[in-house]
Amino acid sequence: MNEATINEAVQRALARVGAQPGPLLEILHAVQDELGCVPAAAVPPIAAALNLSRAEVHGVVSFYHHFRGERPGTTVVQLCRAEACQAMNARALEEHATRRLGVGLGETTPDGRVTLEAVYCLGNCACAPSMMVDGELHGRVTPATFDALARDWSAS
Amino acid sequence: MITVRVPKDAGALSLGAEAVARAIDRGAKERGRDVRVVRTGSRGLYWLEPLVEVETVAERIAYGPVTPADVPQLLDAGLLEGGAHALRLGDIAAHPWLASQQRLTGARLGIVDPADLDDYLAHGGYAGLAAALAMAPADIVRAVTESGLRGRGGAAFPTGIKWQTVHDQKTARKYIACNADEGDSGTFSDRMILEGDPFALIEGMTIAALAVGATQGYIYLRVEYPHAARALAAALAAARERGYLGRNLRDSGRDFDIAVRLGAGAYICGEETSMLESLEGRRGEVRVRPPLPAIKGLFGQPTVVNNVITLASVPVVLARGAAFYRDFGTGKSRGTIPLQLAGNVRRGGLVERAFGITVRELVYDYGGGSASGRPVRAVQIGGPLGAYLPESEFDTPLDYEALAAKNALLGHGGVVVFDDTVDMARMARYALEFCAVESCGKCTPCRIGSSRGVELVDRILKSTNGTRAADLALLDELCDTMFNGSLCGLGGMTPFPVRSALKHFRDDFLRH
Repeated sequence: MNEATINEAVQRALARVGAQPGPLLEILHAVQDELGCVPAAAVPPIAAALNLSRAEVHGVVSFYHHFRGERPGTTVVQLCRAEACQAMNARALEEHATRRLGVGLGETTPDGRVTLEAVYCLGNCACAPSMMVDGELHGRVTPATFDALARDWSAS
Repeated sequence: MITVRVPKDAGALSLGAEAVARAIDRGAKERGRDVRVVRTGSRGLYWLEPLVEVETVAERIAYGPVTPADVPQLLDAGLLEGGAHALRLGDIAAHPWLASQQRLTGARLGIVDPADLDDYLAHGGYAGLAAALAMAPADIVRAVTESGLRGRGGAAFPTGIKWQTVHDQKTARKYIACNADEGDSGTFSDRMILEGDPFALIEGMTIAALAVGATQGYIYLRVEYPHAARALAAALAAARERGYLGRNLRDSGRDFDIAVRLGAGAYICGEETSMLESLEGRRGEVRVRPPLPAIKGLFGQPTVVNNVITLASVPVVLARGAAFYRDFGTGKSRGTIPLQLAGNVRRGGLVERAFGITVRELVYDYGGGSASGRPVRAVQIGGPLGAYLPESEFDTPLDYEALAAKNALLGHGGVVVFDDTVDMARMARYALEFCAVESCGKCTPCRIGSSRGVELVDRILKSTNGTRAADLALLDELCDTMFNGSLCGLGGMTPFPVRSALKHFRDDFLRH
């Protein structure tokens, strides 16, 4: 991702949501939606436009789990680790998922296809354990259903 | 034309509702049948999702749980006429699980099309706003105060008193900030309203705005709820188009509009002052109170901060009157509470009842015991900062005072069930680990205490020598420091799950 691409994304975000009161989170969302992440090079132009220090903007980016510094894999898999899912064997599912993909939570497979992330509650607690795959929610996930979905990710 | 209702609720979708809806549409066309598939929210009987309802001439007949593979067979069995089938449930409203509930806030869940304003109006929607528009602001506040409604997000502060404070401020700008950052594990009632009846929230916020004199509302929605974001956007657009939001709404001479702001995966932003910081575009670090948000809140202006369920309960208070709402419940816990039954339970979902039902009734009568079939060992009430209760405490009523007397709390009304395979020392460690992950870092007891707590539990579990007793005492002391010294509920309430696990399940800490 070169600097010009990043700059253009930042300028588009600023034009769209920059005039709102307290717009920084909205801007970061817009940048990440477009680029897949908030790269470090996006911080200076955002800071300049909002009359904030780079440290302030970086502080916000790094505070929130949702904002990433680097592009994730083609597919983002979020496993819920919260209590309701734990009560339905989420820990075993997590072990299965990390073994099957060969990466830990917060990591991307070497081929760049899948990023595995932890998430704390998807609000699907009556259908636990849950996971979200690219924004699509899955309930009552078993190792077998995980494997069936995983075949799609490696094929994509 | 036959109407078939299939939920579009995220929970139902997570079990295949989208494919079921498509299969019904396709299957009906193949059979030359004229069918309209309407997408609703969920009624909250999640073990029966995807739950399909067919509107026959006389009644609504439900089938569930339906998989896409069941659909051709169902259609051949006369699904569209309410025909017999193993999955046929009859009139779901008459199902004891639902018929025994008192749905006030969630009255329209699973019944209306959440994107259709006319459907909302046809089911009593905006009757509360109509009443409010004929009242003086102070009278709206009084009605909410007299209803006994308390904040359903967890703090249980009387809603009317909060509104009164904002009402009394003499400033030109005031805000209504809706907390839709439903981060507690085991809770999903906000999500169900946002996806299944978003107009109820919009109406509640509009009434709040009329009451306190606010012109702008914000809904702070967690980013983990993309389905809710779409449902809200559609409902807000419809409300604006029909003059229920915006300038001079309903020819009242009053202006009010609502913007949705997405969170970014920080649990702490469910804390009200942290949420305000985040809405202003900053790190979600908690503010020191005073000043209260009702006096100096969003952008330094007086702000009503209420969660989704609280605001969505306001329309029924105005439509039916404060006395109607107050007559539900017990003691100082008035009205109904949408309880969410989750985790290892056979029949999980949304149970909205007047305050006062016991844990046992909820877990066994509604829940049917554990999903695994093993004995239930514990429940956690009120999310990751809530206490664990053992089976011996299950006769405790689920109301604010009764739980407080047990050193527990109702929180946002989530009840997570665990069977006898649960290791409570592990759950206590997790509570501290979660606090460490989600701490905003502003105060030391939370930021450092949580990490030291994880280490301490690890040490207790590994120790074979005589230091264990001292470490257990130290863990209790650490909980004391976090409870008394933290700035907000995250550090201050993490001791609840830890201490309740230590108290009721001490053996789990000793047997490793």
